[in-house]
Amino acid sequence: MPSSLDQQHYETVIIGAGMAGLAAGIRLALAGKNVIILERHNASGGLNSFYSQAGRKFDVGLHAMTNYVPKGTKGTPLTKLLRQLRIPYDALDLSPQNCSRIHFPDCQLGFNNEFAFFEAEVARAFPKQIDGFLALAEEVRTLDAFNLGSIPSSARTAVQRHISDSLLEDMIFCPVMYYGSAQEHDMDYGQFAIMFRSLFFEGFARPLEGVRVIVKLLQDKYRSLGGIRKMKCGIQKIHTSRGRATTIELDNGASISADKIISTAGAVETARLCTDQLVDAESDNIGQLSFTETITVLDKQPTEFGWDDTIIFFNTAERFRYTRVKDDLVDPSSGVICFPNNYQYGEDRQLKEGFLRVTAMANHDKWCALNEDDYLAQKSHWYDELQKVTLGLLPKPKNNLNFEDHRLAKDMFTPRTVRKYTGHLNGAIYGAPNKIKDGRTHLENLYLAGTDQGFLGIVGAMLSGISMANLHVLQGD
Amino acid sequence: MTEDQVQQIVIDIINEIAPDEDTTGLKPEVNLRDQMDLDSMDFLDIVMELRKQHGIEVPEEDYPELASLKSCSDYLTPKFNAK
Repeated sequence: MPSSLDQQHYETVIIGAGMAGLAAGIRLALAGKNVIILERHNASGGLNSFYSQAGRKFDVGLHAMTNYVPKGTKGTPLTKLLRQLRIPYDALDLSPQNCSRIHFPDCQLGFNNEFAFFEAEVARAFPKQIDGFLALAEEVRTLDAFNLGSIPSSARTAVQRHISDSLLEDMIFCPVMYYGSAQEHDMDYGQFAIMFRSLFFEGFARPLEGVRVIVKLLQDKYRSLGGIRKMKCGIQKIHTSRGRATTIELDNGASISADKIISTAGAVETARLCTDQLVDAESDNIGQLSFTETITVLDKQPTEFGWDDTIIFFNTAERFRYTRVKDDLVDPSSGVICFPNNYQYGEDRQLKEGFLRVTAMANHDKWCALNEDDYLAQKSHWYDELQKVTLGLLPKPKNNLNFEDHRLAKDMFTPRTVRKYTGHLNGAIYGAPNKIKDGRTHLENLYLAGTDQGFLGIVGAMLSGISMANLHVLQGD
Repeated sequence: MTEDQVQQIVIDIINEIAPDEDTTGLKPEVNLRDQMDLDSMDFLDIVMELRKQHGIEVPEEDYPELASLKSCSDYLTPKFNAK
């Protein structure tokens, strides 16, 4: 019972049992710290979680794990992460993608986990741009993402130094932004470099059983090291005194104290928990980008329809707009299509049912303002709209198969769902536009990890938890 | 405790924190980083395990003393023997 926590003291309290919080917890537990993770919900994983409906398990968040490298590859984020968490590579059960695609009007670029293939695709579709593209790739490969020196910090400006065709520029930005940019139109070039590497130099993979494999692995590791975790344990306030966090007041009224606090609740969300801050603190750093996702379950494999790609990043407009949706509930003009079946799981290993997931940008305020009846009606309407766009982009089904005839179930999550389960203001999946790279806050013993610290993707989230635990708790301890 | 024993303790720790690295035939005088793929996060783990398993404290300013097996044993052997 949470109330049993009243008056307890911990060396470190971690707020949030998402990927970053669990990874930070493992590091501290490995060092023998007295650590507790507090999570408002009854499931771990945060943004990357899963739920059951009518006996089916659905993933939220994870289309693909980026940063994939084959076993034994040295010095990459995935390898470092596994070593720091002391988790064996095989435990992740990763299977690489088949092939993915960037789909724009009149132009398509394929890519897979071999960069040479993407390079050849760019050379085929943009013969005049290939030298610039290779120069960009080389710069991104060797860039120190946290110290750009004289290179422009605007990724658009930095990329335009190498690429003059705006179509190719947009096609590169589309997947990079969809998989992690909290900023509209543009992003930090360091963050761009991290994403570019994780998508194109490294690649996509997925465990057959989805994101729950990774969540469970982290949970079990943390527990085996003696780490404590309290679910359904939300935080009301962080009490402060003279620039330090003193006690944490829980939703149930209990009060606990800690030498140090690592919060994965988000930069603005965390500031607003502190008693020395106004309730509308840092309002200029609230994320504006939220998403909706439809999930369709089919009684056939996607390949039986002739749909062999793993992920398709699409844009149907003249220019790719990565920006908040203003006038409507959803902007179906760009998005991401994912077939979780289309990974190389190996012989006789496959998801029993076919899955199709479609993500697009959506307006948080409009979704949250709907009454329950309208909410359900709009979900149904936008499900249909997004399927229409998707079917328009995919190859015509083989053997005259009718998509509707083979649909077993459908579901959809909206910015309202994201807000509810992540606590992110505006349901902003990628959090605040300005990242806090050193994790420091206005309080000397309160630190940030996770989305708003600025590492991206689920490997990034875990690395964020690791590096903030190392930097602020373990180093020089 | 001898310098050889202390070096073996460090090797055992590396085997534990970086099971994918080959620690056979390490040259004591050569920097560990030049012989294996170790980064600053791994050295933090070596320090962590020295404390956890052997109660040896290595303050942050002394981390460079752990550069090679020889420098490890030069630095750590007196600490082990002073316990």
